[in-house]
Amino acid sequence: MRWKMPKVLLSGNEACARGAYEAGVQVACGYPGTPSTEILESLAQYREIDSEWSINEKVALEIIFGSAFAGLRSLATMKNVGLNVAADPLFSGAYLGVEGGCVIISADDPGLHSSQTEQDNRYYALHAKVPLFEPSDSQEAKEMMKTAFEVSEQYKIPVLFRMTTRVCHSKGLVELGERIEKTPTVYRRDLTRFVATPARCRVHHGELEQKLKALEEWSNETGLNFIEMGDPKIGVITSGIAYQHAKEAFGSRASFLKLGFTHPLPSRKIIDFSRKVERIYVIEENDPFIENHVKALGISAIGKERLSLCGELNSEMIASRLLGENVSGCEITEEKALPRPPVLCSGCPHRGVFYELSQLKDTVITGDIGCYTLGSAEPLNAMDTVLCMGAGISAAIGFERAFKKIGRTSRVIGVIGDSTFFHSGITGLADAVFNRSQITVCILDNRSTAMTGHQNNHGTGLRLSGKPATEIEIKDIVKALGVEHFFEINPNDLAGLKALLKETAALEGPIVILAQWPCALLKELPPQDRSKFDLPQSKYTVQEDMCKKCKKCLTLGCPSISFIPGAGSRIDESTCKGCSLCYQVCPFHAIQKRGDRNV
Amino acid sequence: MRSRSAVIEMSDTKTVVLVGVGGQGILLVSKVLSELLVQNGYDVKMSEVHGMAQRGGSVSTQIRFGEKVNSPFMGYGGADILLGFEKMETYRFLPYVKSGGTVIYADATIPSAPVFSGKKAYPQGLDAEIEKTGRSLRVPVTEWVSDIGGANYQNTVLLGVLAKTLGIGFDQTEAVLLTMINKKYHEKNRKALSKGYEFAKGQ
Repeated sequence: MRWKMPKVLLSGNEACARGAYEAGVQVACGYPGTPSTEILESLAQYREIDSEWSINEKVALEIIFGSAFAGLRSLATMKNVGLNVAADPLFSGAYLGVEGGCVIISADDPGLHSSQTEQDNRYYALHAKVPLFEPSDSQEAKEMMKTAFEVSEQYKIPVLFRMTTRVCHSKGLVELGERIEKTPTVYRRDLTRFVATPARCRVHHGELEQKLKALEEWSNETGLNFIEMGDPKIGVITSGIAYQHAKEAFGSRASFLKLGFTHPLPSRKIIDFSRKVERIYVIEENDPFIENHVKALGISAIGKERLSLCGELNSEMIASRLLGENVSGCEITEEKALPRPPVLCSGCPHRGVFYELSQLKDTVITGDIGCYTLGSAEPLNAMDTVLCMGAGISAAIGFERAFKKIGRTSRVIGVIGDSTFFHSGITGLADAVFNRSQITVCILDNRSTAMTGHQNNHGTGLRLSGKPATEIEIKDIVKALGVEHFFEINPNDLAGLKALLKETAALEGPIVILAQWPCALLKELPPQDRSKFDLPQSKYTVQEDMCKKCKKCLTLGCPSISFIPGAGSRIDESTCKGCSLCYQVCPFHAIQKRGDRNV
Repeated sequence: MRSRSAVIEMSDTKTVVLVGVGGQGILLVSKVLSELLVQNGYDVKMSEVHGMAQRGGSVSTQIRFGEKVNSPFMGYGGADILLGFEKMETYRFLPYVKSGGTVIYADATIPSAPVFSGKKAYPQGLDAEIEKTGRSLRVPVTEWVSDIGGANYQNTVLLGVLAKTLGIGFDQTEAVLLTMINKKYHEKNRKALSKGYEFAKGQ
């Protein structure tokens, strides 16, 4: 009797990793980004796979193209906007094709839970001319991953695998399978295959169009695109998480064409389905990717006329907009549900820098992507712009050039984190040096890629696998680029920061300030950091009789400090990390180390 | 597969919504509950939110269980049980409760940014608002902090209340919980779980 494999609860991300493992993947890389991060982290548990973080998504994708050219099954993971960074190799890689299976996971974020855009990356499949898979839950994610590798190898084409936040971060029962070990073909140089010159790419383009024709046939045949007949009065065409919501809303009151393989779309199957049902709804999140195709086939359908282009779907929304069934919960008033936005944590090493930046007059601050984006929030409000990864430096260059052109003398300060600096800040800084930009760049190095859950990066000395890495020191890069004015500071030293910002204001050329201190949530410091940082051991407390209720400490926006009307400020000692910023700003010495009352 | 007779009778998929503030241990309770429901023979889906919300923001998860579960989360009016770890967050999520649904909530209060930056006062009268929904159970965790060995175990108290409410056995709940936490915290968690479980028995 065949042993039945166990079922376990896995998130969609864990299921992707499991699927890749079972598919025999050999090389995997990516850059952390919510909601994709746990895919690569989960892959790292499988010793058979070489899984490592890359410096950014473009590099990750180029690495896996290299290993797929070499004949090995290879996987890259990234979030929606990460694929923008990696778009360059995606397009030419589609032309060249691959030898070993090559799958690129794009984790999209309908509802913008943790992203700056709600972009629908299915269009990348259309644009770059690569096949597209869209699982709707964990079990499908695992199974489709194996099929994705087979399709990639059979058609010698890279494959896009589109996840969304709710598929990534929902757990469901998954039946585990065994890993298959593929013996890679032996790599031999073939100049007609992997060298992207115009002459060869003219040929490759024709071949790519042929592959897509064949893949459309496969799309019509595959069981990933299936029909479930229920009531034929309503036919629902759907994909991804929207399928699960639609099933919840309609149940057997509709028939379904569920699409798991959405580029090329199965035109013949869509036409067949449309003949079996009376009215068609196309249900998908964000853009009308399937709907446009259905309508172009001459089929009358309802989609974005009733469903929004913005935000996520859920079953209530579908029931209300398409069936007119309204389910309502009780109402609440806004005054009793105050906002609870994310904030810089207690003891966050970014707080000191943003506090001092918030005190500067006539200054434009260009921010970047990471925890420190929260420096833009109340009460610090110390940021003018956040555009994308790396723009903390390059947008500063732009402001400075614009101001110079119109004779405005405002100071321009760019802020960027350690991982973001490695990801795409280095090129911007090189540009600032080359063009002699009069900007100040604050690099906030908290020894971790913190926002996405403390991944190691190129400056922390450890790799994803736990193996030692060659630590790249930010100061060495800055100096090698030719920055003349370079300063290092402890970001918890407010007086030092204030003085440094003042002293550097008149210097010529780009100025770089490296503010280095570990993230307060890091459970363990990288080995080389243990003797470097003298982490605070004591907490702070308010001497109640000395508090003048001036609320100065509240301007730090520390979640451990609260104000009791009539009584004054209080520090929650269970959450205080002892960073001492409140002690430094209190004008009346009312805040002291616990047990210390020497004024 | 174990018998599911121990767990509440149900006709279709049930939804539990958990809400609180990042750092309150909502994910642990969600994981334990999901595992318990799987052990009791249900199809289970659980939805979490990661990333920026964890930095002191409002955090919620949903657990759905039944014969066959489709959506991993529901919108307004979809929750059979709302489990609130913090009072204002419980209030914020009341629209998710089904008519006839149950609200179980801790009396803990955690100031949010407008409060700790001195702009607004923490809202008053939330208990009365929550009671208006009909079936609500306030769990006085703040009174028990010294009994249970610290504020860190409030989540385990709530797990105890929820497990009893769903008709899941104490021993089974304890066994699953202890597999997910470090041994040195076992004793305190046992105590907190028992406190919640016994409290729910009396309701």
